Amino acid sequence: MAMTMTQKILAAHAGLKEVKAGQLIEAKLDMVLGNDITAPVAINEFEKIGTNSVFDRERIALVMDHFTPNKDIKAAEQVKRVREFAREYDIVNFFDVGQMGVEHALLPEKGLVGPGDCVIGADSHTCTYGALGAFSTGVGSTDMAAGMATGKAWFKVPSAIKVVLTGIPREFVGGKDVILHLIGLIGVDGALYRSLEFCGEGIKHLSMDDRFAIANMAIEAGAKNGIFPVDEVTMEYVNGRFMRQPVIFEADPDAEYDSVVEINLDTLRPTVAFPHLPENTKTVDECENVKIDQVVIGSCTNGRYEDLKIAAEIMKGKKVAKGVRCIIIPATQEVYLRALKEGLIETFIESGAAVSTPTCGPCLGGHMGILASGESAVATTNRNFVGRMGHVNSKVYLAGPAVAAASALTGFITDPEKV
Amino acid sequence: MKVQGRVHKYGSNVDTDVIIPARYLNTSSHEELATHCMEDIDPDFVKRVKPGDIIVADKNFGCGSSREHAPIAIKASGISCVIASSFARIFYRNAINIGLAIMECPEAAEKINAGDEVMVDFDTGIITNLTSNETYKAQPFPPFIQKIIEKGGLINSIKN
Ligand code: SF4
Repeated sequence: MAMTMTQKILAAHAGLKEVKAGQLIEAKLDMVLGNDITAPVAINEFEKIGTNSVFDRERIALVMDHFTPNKDIKAAEQVKRVREFAREYDIVNFFDVGQMGVEHALLPEKGLVGPGDCVIGADSHTCTYGALGAFSTGVGSTDMAAGMATGKAWFKVPSAIKVVLTGIPREFVGGKDVILHLIGLIGVDGALYRSLEFCGEGIKHLSMDDRFAIANMAIEAGAKNGIFPVDEVTMEYVNGRFMRQPVIFEADPDAEYDSVVEINLDTLRPTVAFPHLPENTKTVDECENVKIDQVVIGSCTNGRYEDLKIAAEIMKGKKVAKGVRCIIIPATQEVYLRALKEGLIETFIESGAAVSTPTCGPCLGGHMGILASGESAVATTNRNFVGRMGHVNSKVYLAGPAVAAASALTGFITDPEKV
Repeated sequence: MKVQGRVHKYGSNVDTDVIIPARYLNTSSHEELATHCMEDIDPDFVKRVKPGDIIVADKNFGCGSSREHAPIAIKASGISCVIASSFARIFYRNAINIGLAIMECPEAAEKINAGDEVMVDFDTGIITNLTSNETYKAQPFPPFIQKIIEKGGLINSIKN
């Protein structure tokens, strides 16, 4: 029977020749991830199992990124718990302040995940690694605990929606615009329980950072995972990084899909999701007089090098508008250092922006830029739910780094072509 | 197994940020999480909720983050079952793994009103609205989920 790319990866990890949608399987895991919020809960559960070892100390990643550097005593206690666990079980990939970055930018960068992998993470945006041609999905802390103990997880094999990308994106249109546009088309539950399988000749015009942003937000359409085929762009990224042998899976040409969505990159415009759902999308041309108080450029969606580069090119030699706080958060230390060496950080500071050490921070309303009642922000993050960045009466507009940077300069949601 | 209670009713896309806001995620204490359950969508929920009560909601309940704190907060607040027309998949999974009973039933989600007295039978999937004298049929849990629930959650099922 013909299988989708996701189904092939799952079959291989379940030791089965084939699987079909709806089937229940138990699959072997290549990596199990947790962060400073979800890992403490998982560790509690892990201890209840009563085992005295993890399945593989090299295949667990613990990333302290959400409330880190710790914002308060409780957060510090939670990280301490994880630090002690990492020490006790000799976990190789434990990332604390100084090495840590936002988990979904960090794991690919460190070569911990790659093509053909089957990955779970106790974080919903674990679907990001689908950009590398992996099956990767978010789970809860209990699944993480069981995964750490057994190296396995149960899955219901998903059916898929095929997303065909054609054309070449114009300047200032990036991965974020592609995924916001798609979520606007199909809705926040448009891909519920399903895979989003991206294909088409448009993909070759998308960089790895674009693909990460797209796969990252698959969950925002309710998808179990989002996945890209492996091509030269992927291989160039993983070569010299990925610590295992990449395994390339391809969807069968006659694989069945629940539906097919086509997106022509030629005609795509910079896109903004209005409060309070990622599906409330408008093109930047439809945004009139939307005044903002804060801009956040960062997160596991758009805190990578290319994102910062686009923002810096727009902001170079210009000033952040009076009354606007612009906060820039490189997603990892590697991104930060490269941005520093190439002068981007200087550009940001000269323009009046604040630059911070890697952290999730404001993305989830944790710290480092919380909104007050009545305030609005443009953010390159992935969620604009009620209260996501602070007060329940604050608003978040989601956009790519180009729109965010242009908006920082004017104080209104702005087309990057116009600054 | 059967549960019975009064209904708290919500709409579509009730996300994990309103079920338990991130500002309270610096704890994993079930009791403490329960005191903030539903705070950003229904500030009085915590005062109204009684042990055994049932949440009924529309589409995509529990969308958003993978925080297990969301089903934990709901369970610890005393809710015995969540009925929705559909659930976000990570929430669905987490609820089963931690032992919060859930039922997918679009008809029940549409017809049950806030304040109704409702009984849920997990073995048959029959939901009875004692206030309006109507019954609705949901899919009972498939065997693999029943097994996890029978053993008291995923952790216990591994332990044994
Ligand atoms: S940056 Fe935001 S979405 Fe990404 S892992 Fe951190 S909190 Fe979650």
